[in-house]
Amino acid sequence: MKSALRIACSRANLQQVRDFVRNYLNARQLSEKAVNQVVLAVDEVVANFIIHANGEDETQFLDLKLDFDDHDLNVEIADNGDTIFQPGPHKDPDMRAYIQEGRKGGMGMTLVTRLMDRVEFFTRGNHTVCHLSKHLA
Amino acid sequence: MKVTAQPSADTLTLLLDGELDASSAIVLDTELAKPDILNYRKVLIDCAKLSYISSAGLGVFISHLQRFQDANVKLVFFNMQEKVFNVFEILGLDALMTIVPSLTEAEAA
Repeated sequence: MKSALRIACSRANLQQVRDFVRNYLNARQLSEKAVNQVVLAVDEVVANFIIHANGEDETQFLDLKLDFDDHDLNVEIADNGDTIFQPGPHKDPDMRAYIQEGRKGGMGMTLVTRLMDRVEFFTRGNHTVCHLSKHLA
Repeated sequence: MKVTAQPSADTLTLLLDGELDASSAIVLDTELAKPDILNYRKVLIDCAKLSYISSAGLGVFISHLQRFQDANVKLVFFNMQEKVFNVFEILGLDALMTIVPSLTEAEAA
């Protein structure tokens, strides 16, 4: 079963994204923790696209697609804006240093890579696409 | 996201209700940034009704923690749902922040 959602690039739409993913996963017998982990990974990538790639320009939009291949969840998040957005190489953040420095950001993609089995960013024409996948037994 | 402040003698308890994400984190940030919060000995965060936290929500706590420590204000989380605690765990923040099961333990921390 596939499911799709299009949202405008406003952080106010993050709730809608999370509800969309939760509703899709709730059809399966998954733990609350497993569902929350996928919801969080999608939320982090979408927030990055909205805030960093599109500057919260509500005339821009993102397309989300969810699909199960047996027990493997595949998520596609496609940015329809023209800014190519590909996060740099993943580094393990030093959380003690983050606390000392009072840092607010820089943890989102770390969470995504720790939560999902596979994380890929690539370009399709002038647009950036993110693929996430996770085995959910 | 709703934040309710319950001040007592030397303790401020903040009740979080809802989902803490990149959209709602500003509500909590505003509360924690108030200068008079440093007059308390302890700030207790009641997470019973906190049903979701993203990196933006974690970032709010991380950005204020050192300021609290410098002012000898103890920040203590309690009543945290397992799925929310899991997010702290994934980044190793459970070892760097005080997270206890109940109000009784939060008051004793």
